[in-house]
Amino acid sequence: MKIPFEHRQSAHCENGVVSNLLRFHGMEFDEPMVFGIGAGLFFSYFPFLKMGGIPVTSFRTMPSYIFKRFANSLGIKVKSQTFSNEQKGMEALDALLEQGIPVGMLTSVFYLTYLPDAYRFHFNAHNIIVYGKENGKYLVSDPTLEGVTEILPEDLQRARFAKGIPEPKGKLYYPVVFPKSYDLNKAMIKAIKHVAFFMAKTPMPILGANGIKYLANRMRNWPKKLGPRKSVLWLGNVVRMQEEIGTGGAGFRFIYAAFLDKASVILKDEELFNMSKELTAIGDLWRAFAYEASRVCKNRKSDTVTFDQLADMLYEIGKKEQVLFDQLFLWAKARL
Amino acid sequence: MKKEEVPQDTDNLNEGKLAKLYYATDEKGHYEKLNSIGWEAETVVMRQAWDVVHENIEYAREKVLKGDASPVLFYKEQNIMTYEIIAGYVGTLSFIVWLHTKPFFFKRLSSKTLDKYAFAFRITREELTDITKFKDPRTGATENNNA
Repeated sequence: MKIPFEHRQSAHCENGVVSNLLRFHGMEFDEPMVFGIGAGLFFSYFPFLKMGGIPVTSFRTMPSYIFKRFANSLGIKVKSQTFSNEQKGMEALDALLEQGIPVGMLTSVFYLTYLPDAYRFHFNAHNIIVYGKENGKYLVSDPTLEGVTEILPEDLQRARFAKGIPEPKGKLYYPVVFPKSYDLNKAMIKAIKHVAFFMAKTPMPILGANGIKYLANRMRNWPKKLGPRKSVLWLGNVVRMQEEIGTGGAGFRFIYAAFLDKASVILKDEELFNMSKELTAIGDLWRAFAYEASRVCKNRKSDTVTFDQLADMLYEIGKKEQVLFDQLFLWAKARL
Repeated sequence: MKKEEVPQDTDNLNEGKLAKLYYATDEKGHYEKLNSIGWEAETVVMRQAWDVVHENIEYAREKVLKGDASPVLFYKEQNIMTYEIIAGYVGTLSFIVWLHTKPFFFKRLSSKTLDKYAFAFRITREELTDITKFKDPRTGATENNNA
């Protein structure tokens, strides 16, 4: 069976799944709106938390928080299920499809055969929608792709029940209760305040704008501390987190600027639009940083001068984000 | 980023399967959506990550051939797994999986346990225990060998 379902591409999987699922149920939200109201933007650098021996850098909130915040602030109820029995998990999916419900789910990128091989690392929190089953294959709407695609049941089962951290455990979710009315303006301003608070006001040195400056200062010492090989690997990892699939460029900064842009039109607020432009400029600095960093990675020479210069670029970005989100916080506070 | 600055570098790893969505601005600073087939900077750092994976695979292959490690180590690297991930599939502790990368312990595994490892690596038990094929340098060129 095949559920009539409109697929639209997005930069980030979670935004895209939320946006596409809601469109099916008659609520039109663009990706930047989902990302903005879901308060997805963030920065964190955990020197003590390592994956594959490299410290975790993140440009967004935790996986699945965007959907949670978005649904809560608009009053949408989402039903989600996890399974300990793989067979039951697949049967539950079939049953939902039989009822004509497109289903969002968590998967591991490593087993999604339709993706380019180069992207298939063990990342266990990729969101996709399955909207039907035809000729023994599941019909998949992966929001990061331009069009729809399909996957074999055994691959989907592998992807849904992949091991590792975090385990998706075959998680399925779909919205069930929709609000009759909601206050969009308030939801937007609240979400902006939330993001601005966590970016500009958290006392922790590794989170928000402080985290960017902190990373900059740590980066200065990488060549001395880690040696040339490891330091370019760590640098490459920061760039990958910033630019690899799903960030829309510059570590979500452009998506968020697009949200501020949209919000400024809805709220008819010139000040907000100016801040969107400022965030675009900061995003361009992130892109410049990624470009320079990739050149260091390519030459594989890590002389301290270049790392110092890169750290200076990052520090500058950190300072600018601090100023911008301070401003944004005051803006939102004055309007709530 | 302005619309005309959205990179379209053809030297990428997307195999033509993927044109990512970007957000870029028009002359007035309003956002639009655009597709990009690839960006050099991103391709460089992705290649870098895959180079490490391939180095690890080669290192593991040599160790297996010398008899310093069991095939578990090789397939761990080939599937880019960690001890924790494998332990999840086998249903044991990651320390035990580490022990099983040593030939001494690997040789003593029951066929039941070997089946679990084979399931984790998506191969048969015979493939898992057959060390002779590691001499062929093409073995274990990953699915991702174009990267």
